[in-house]
Amino acid sequence: MDDSMLQRIANSPSYKTLRTKRLKFGWMLTIAMLVVYYGFITLIAFRKDVLATPMGEGVMTWGIPVGFGVIVFTIVVTAIYVLRANSEYDDLTEKVRREALK
Amino acid sequence: MNRILSVGRFIGLSALMLAPGAVFAAGALEGEIQQQPTNWTAIGMFGFFVVATLFITKWAAAKTKSAADFYTGGGGITGFQNGLAIAGDYMSAASFLGISAAVMTNGYDGLIYSIGFLVGWPILTFLMAERLRNLGKFTFADVAAFRFAQTPVRMFAALSTLVVVAFYLIAQMVGAGQLIKLLFGLEYLYAVIIVGALMMVYVLFGGMTATTWVQIIKACLLLGGASFMAFMVMSHFGFSFEGLFAKSVEVKSAIATSDGKTPEEAAAAGLSIMGPGKFVKDPISAISFGMALMFGTAGLPHILMRFFTVPSAKEARKSVMWATVWIGYFYLLTFIIGFGAIVFVLTNPDFLEIKDGVTGLVGGSNMAAIHLAKAVGGNVFLGFISAVAFATILAVVAGLTLSGASAVSHDLYSTVFKKGQADSASELKVSRITTLALGVVAVILGIAFEKQNIAFMVSLAFAIAASANFPVLFLSLLWKGMTTRGAVIGGLLGLTASVVLTVLSPSVWEATLGHEKGTAPFPYTSPALFSMTLAFFAIWFFSITDKSRRAEQDKAGYLAQQVRSETGIGASAASSH
Repeated sequence: MDDSMLQRIANSPSYKTLRTKRLKFGWMLTIAMLVVYYGFITLIAFRKDVLATPMGEGVMTWGIPVGFGVIVFTIVVTAIYVLRANSEYDDLTEKVRREALK
Repeated sequence: MNRILSVGRFIGLSALMLAPGAVFAAGALEGEIQQQPTNWTAIGMFGFFVVATLFITKWAAAKTKSAADFYTGGGGITGFQNGLAIAGDYMSAASFLGISAAVMTNGYDGLIYSIGFLVGWPILTFLMAERLRNLGKFTFADVAAFRFAQTPVRMFAALSTLVVVAFYLIAQMVGAGQLIKLLFGLEYLYAVIIVGALMMVYVLFGGMTATTWVQIIKACLLLGGASFMAFMVMSHFGFSFEGLFAKSVEVKSAIATSDGKTPEEAAAAGLSIMGPGKFVKDPISAISFGMALMFGTAGLPHILMRFFTVPSAKEARKSVMWATVWIGYFYLLTFIIGFGAIVFVLTNPDFLEIKDGVTGLVGGSNMAAIHLAKAVGGNVFLGFISAVAFATILAVVAGLTLSGASAVSHDLYSTVFKKGQADSASELKVSRITTLALGVVAVILGIAFEKQNIAFMVSLAFAIAASANFPVLFLSLLWKGMTTRGAVIGGLLGLTASVVLTVLSPSVWEATLGHEKGTAPFPYTSPALFSMTLAFFAIWFFSITDKSRRAEQDKAGYLAQQVRSETGIGASAASSH
């Protein structure tokens, strides 16, 4: 990639849109993941009893659905990002490429 | 029991996390590993696995002609396949046997470990996966050194790769020897040599193609076997979690009663498996440990290397998605298997023995999943699960060796020593010689460390990856102001700090070096919070104060790196570098 092409891509509106959109979404999900995981760890560190509280008459505690929930959440946010990146962002990337190489 | 449990990454960390022996003391399953009677069904099944994988290696060898084939399997691996291979790298025998054993002993705490190992994946996906693919060719140093002076940054990256790989490798080799003693009834020495020799054959002849396929097959076998066990356990309770948990609590209470506890204490002991127990010693340790797990994942060289085996950024993203799905699913299964072991193993006298007046599992608590396999599937299934556990170690060791060999041949030999002028044939030759050397070293270290508590080595591997590799890689991708000087000094400080603080922490200072309890200069269980912060700070400080000409060049190169990392324009095509 030579310098003029680099400048052309860097200044193109499609590239700027791609960059802002993807960075924003990536960081948003990263923060969501950090909040969920460290929220869980903080709960364990300071309020163990919350997770050990029974849900109903039986032995099932709130900790079980919360723990399973963190696992499912992890899988779901990853999938959401990948599906969006592989469609919307890849289409945008393709547009940037086409404009650059034309 | 620390020794038995320390077969791999998970337990190593868990043992560190807790004051030595504290949490697992409940089951009092300590003691030397005894050799089991030779298990011919298991050996037969394992033999079958070995023969099948050798055929794959033969097929892969025909395709491994250039250095690129050796490092990345020619880039022809799909996202789905690579996802399974990554999951295979991550689901070590330690996760399988260790986590199910931890769940059996402590219930809910086992789930907390699993979650820690899973949460690093999204971060890797959101901020790094596609950039890695677009910038790199063979090793993570390709990415970390992209716009910097090649020699110093490559040397740092190769050094930290080899350190991480070495600690990880020792742990796996020692773990392999101990496990095989347990599972097959073979001598430790033979076990270590068998693992070393087979691994060398896979890597030497089949390179990344063979390593990946061995990993994929193993991942499928492990997921299949674990699914079957979880299914059998759940079907016994009509697929009701409440039923499984209620019975487990009842069993734990009964055990507590027979140990002479009052009815109230016994009831409390039973219910304790349903919530967090002693997992967290203090909040700082909890956070530090969480950081090592979360960010260590994004700095493990043998995992990062897998991003270069797929043809595009799209496939790289698919790989992490599938890896996350399989790993998450696997941890849910181990949770069910652990509870299943409470109900079917702890209640069956065939699996129990009394040693020093305490009741424990035959072969140690790590045998929980193995005994459960026999309980739900008979002798043949027991053989199957034992063989899968061995295959798992073999595959992980092969992946580690491959990444160590690449660091030497690609980063040191080809880039630093030959200044990028090495031809593919000589580079391939160097990787093969390194593989041989690493294989021999691994066997020797495995023998030398047989009696050693290997727990700290695994935790060290994760902590170093989080403190040295991750900060350098992360900032080089996302921060324009970083310079060569910042990268090298910051990375080396992170590496040194993580090693030193681990040595000064209770698990090494007190448990391994034998100092008195409570005298460890560094009181927390994981160094990551401090060493990782130090690395980030040092990279920042030594970059902003860097007024050299090289620093100008480093910053000027950022735009080109950014555009390539985000659009893939100019990226290596993977199949033909």
